[in-house]
Amino acid sequence: MTTLAPPAVRVQEPTAAKGGRSGSVGWMAIPALLMFFAFAVVPLVGVFVLSFTTWDSIGPIHPSGLTSWKAALGDKELLHSVYVTFLIMGLSWLAQTPLSILIGVFLAARKRYRGILAVLYFIPLLLSSAAISITYKALLDPNFGIGAGLSLDFLNQDWLGNSTLAVSVLVFVVSWQYIPFHSLIYQGAVRQIPTSMYEAAEIDGAGRWRAFWSITLPQIRYTIVTSSTLMVVGSLTFFDLIFVLTGGGPGNSTRALALEMYQTGFMANQMGPASAIAVILVLVGLLLAQLLRRLGGKGDESQLEGA
Amino acid sequence: MNWIGGSFGWIWLIIVMLPIYWIVITSFKTQSNYFVTNTFAPASDPTLANYKLVLENDFVQYFWNSIVVSVGAVVPAVLISFMAAYAVVRGSHKRWLRWTNSLFLLGLAIPLQAVIIPVFLIIIRLKLYDTLLAIILPSIAFAIPLSVLVLSNFIRDVPKELFESMRMDGASEWGTLWRLAFPLTRPALVTVTIYNALGIWNGFLLPLILTQSPDKRTMPLALWTFQGQFGINTPAIAASVTLTTVPILVMYAIGRRQLLGGLTAGFGK
Repeated sequence: MTTLAPPAVRVQEPTAAKGGRSGSVGWMAIPALLMFFAFAVVPLVGVFVLSFTTWDSIGPIHPSGLTSWKAALGDKELLHSVYVTFLIMGLSWLAQTPLSILIGVFLAARKRYRGILAVLYFIPLLLSSAAISITYKALLDPNFGIGAGLSLDFLNQDWLGNSTLAVSVLVFVVSWQYIPFHSLIYQGAVRQIPTSMYEAAEIDGAGRWRAFWSITLPQIRYTIVTSSTLMVVGSLTFFDLIFVLTGGGPGNSTRALALEMYQTGFMANQMGPASAIAVILVLVGLLLAQLLRRLGGKGDESQLEGA
Repeated sequence: MNWIGGSFGWIWLIIVMLPIYWIVITSFKTQSNYFVTNTFAPASDPTLANYKLVLENDFVQYFWNSIVVSVGAVVPAVLISFMAAYAVVRGSHKRWLRWTNSLFLLGLAIPLQAVIIPVFLIIIRLKLYDTLLAIILPSIAFAIPLSVLVLSNFIRDVPKELFESMRMDGASEWGTLWRLAFPLTRPALVTVTIYNALGIWNGFLLPLILTQSPDKRTMPLALWTFQGQFGINTPAIAASVTLTTVPILVMYAIGRRQLLGGLTAGFGK
């Protein structure tokens, strides 16, 4: 009599699709997921929800449909804030991008003293916006600052008390703080351009300036898009610097969107409309990021043709 | 063409260093002296009175608050981000972990300023308003996306064979995390730590909105109130700014490469 032995069954351990077998690893992501959910995702949803309520930051929250939205959109100040925000955004892009590219190119050359310069150039990034703003406020004081010190009358303006000047000063301080960062990005990008391209250009008789326009700029095209996206989206939500430097003033000449939101919510205690402004901030930010991505192209083509 | 580049470089250097130079020399001037002498000349009779004034005005308290907030936020943030990065890389066959990774990536786009009102609400409901923890918790959350991005990129570069051999030796994933991933990811951990610490140390919005009492102030906020407090005593203001900046400059002198690495961390890959 033959007994049929049960077929040998091979037990296969579950294999990970990539990277071989792994044990249970998912639980490790839970703390970060929870924290992020609680203090970033929930608030993001929360702004939308709050914009449909009325709340004075102290009492209870009343759902109120479109009341807060109507209040926010009907406020002339909001339109002005949008104008201020885009004005600052445009001006600071114009001020920062050409300079950052030039400094990035400058630092990319591997000469010894440029390394030392790079160390010093970097320092503004270490300082808090508060420290920088306070320093410039003191420096630009019409009575005791740089104007008086150098006895140059044209420097002795009421920089922060004049509406037009205040915006210019703001753009200058923003540039002072962030050009180091962007020049670092450009420095990295320029360093990656193969020298063979420049050599070929030299053989063809191209001068330095020509090489810059025809080789450097096209090669860093995607970096320009990245840097510009960071600049634009970042300048949309400027707060710290403006708050300490001018408080939105004089009047409302530097009251960008984030300050308008702060003013409406925490000073005028209208959290509903303030939340509506915050929602606008989020939506405009998303829009801008998408727009810039379209403008910048997909980045799929190789940039190394002709290298 | 080269001389244009060279002189341009020096001009920019002056623009960068001038305010810094000015604030330092001003901090050593007496108030009366400041008003009459050339503002760009170093102090003729330097004094430490301004620094004394700043220290007497609870500066140490504010400094300590900043340390508590920075350490209290950065250590947990980097720890849980490291764990999450490991999970996302090692567990990429699980859909929910891929979704988590996408969530963190999208989270990079969430601006703190836009969600500060609900954060304010949550903090009040948690009865944490006007505490240092109120600053710490959101700081941790907002540090996560970039940290996970940078760390997961690094962990992905660890050869799979090494993970296999750990597994064959019977190591658990937790053990592999600390005995394999941790040493190999150390440069990225350092840069992520420094980058987050810098941002949180210099943070202004969270302390402004979520704290109120003077004894809960962190440095940037304290700087702002000093300015109102000292009024036209510019040398005193200068001293407060210098004092808050010196620790960072010292750390810069010591750990420059890591700091530089940190600030371009996410954009290199």
